[in-house]
Amino acid sequence: MPTPLTWQVATVDEIRPETAQVKTFTLRLPAWRAHKAGQHYDVRLTAQDGYQAQRSYSIASPPTRTGVVELTIERIADGEVSPYFHDVLVPGDEVEVRGPIGGYFVWEPDHGGPLLLIAGGSGVVPLMAMLRERAAARADIPTTLLASWRTIDDVIYRAELDALGGVADGLRVVHTLTRAQPPGWAGYARRIDGPMLADALAPLGTDPLVYICGPTLLVEAAANGLVEGGVSAARVRTERFGPTG
Amino acid sequence: MDEGADLTDAMTLDGNAVAGELEELLGFDMTAVMHRCTSCGNRAAMATLLAYMGGPGTVLRCSICREVVIRLVRTPTATYLDLRGAAYLCLTPVPDSGRAHR
Repeated sequence: MPTPLTWQVATVDEIRPETAQVKTFTLRLPAWRAHKAGQHYDVRLTAQDGYQAQRSYSIASPPTRTGVVELTIERIADGEVSPYFHDVLVPGDEVEVRGPIGGYFVWEPDHGGPLLLIAGGSGVVPLMAMLRERAAARADIPTTLLASWRTIDDVIYRAELDALGGVADGLRVVHTLTRAQPPGWAGYARRIDGPMLADALAPLGTDPLVYICGPTLLVEAAANGLVEGGVSAARVRTERFGPTG
Repeated sequence: MDEGADLTDAMTLDGNAVAGELEELLGFDMTAVMHRCTSCGNRAAMATLLAYMGGPGTVLRCSICREVVIRLVRTPTATYLDLRGAAYLCLTPVPDSGRAHR
């Protein structure tokens, strides 16, 4: 029998800044359950007058990290939930969550590959869980992460991605910086487009398993571009992700 | 397409974001369940539906033709799940249930 989805009270263990607008919150769960990379938790805040606001946040940690989940959350200025996480929560505070949720946008090592992961901004979070699980499983599945950011300072998990990409286990990490590039930047400097997708596909063949997470316009452009490039639509999974904060 | 959906498209979520709501109501994960759109016939996982969550209820629209597939409305006394836009749901999740295929 599957366990029913119920709310539980998690305790904030640790808060770690990732970028100026993004932090990772480590939540300790009294009823932790093994998740799959790509799944999310729902988070619910209740005001004193009973008003509730609820959001979904992707899990960044791999299922091999037991007892806690890490949620990486971007602060949306006019949001209801993310400013509370960023500006109010401190370690030791409690927050209501339920999960893990979702059976579609998930990857496990036995799903295989090759893997093409495409991220727009904080859409990288569920893909990071996949990369962390891939590393934990010591899998050498040929994998490319293609991630689109405005500037180099917006890159989430930059040091860890550099390290993972340097292991020579078949993972390639490719960034594109759409708004501004640091001096000497030799990488992509435009939005994800057909030629960029073709470059990403080249080492992976025409039949990779594809996960795309980001704003809807990026998701549509990347998914349509890949299908036009010969990738089977049945191999492409998408998660659209909006700034509802 | 209607209701100025173009304007809100940049912020659109999808069926993944409604997964918790639906699992709470139905007792199982719906995101990998395949549906067929009554309007255009597209067959895809429920996760691919476009989700509009700002209003009094949640509306899930076909990612291809943008017609309403599912509406979920909670009143103080009841919950309504309107599935008129789905010709069927296939309740055996397909392992390779991708984005959209006809």
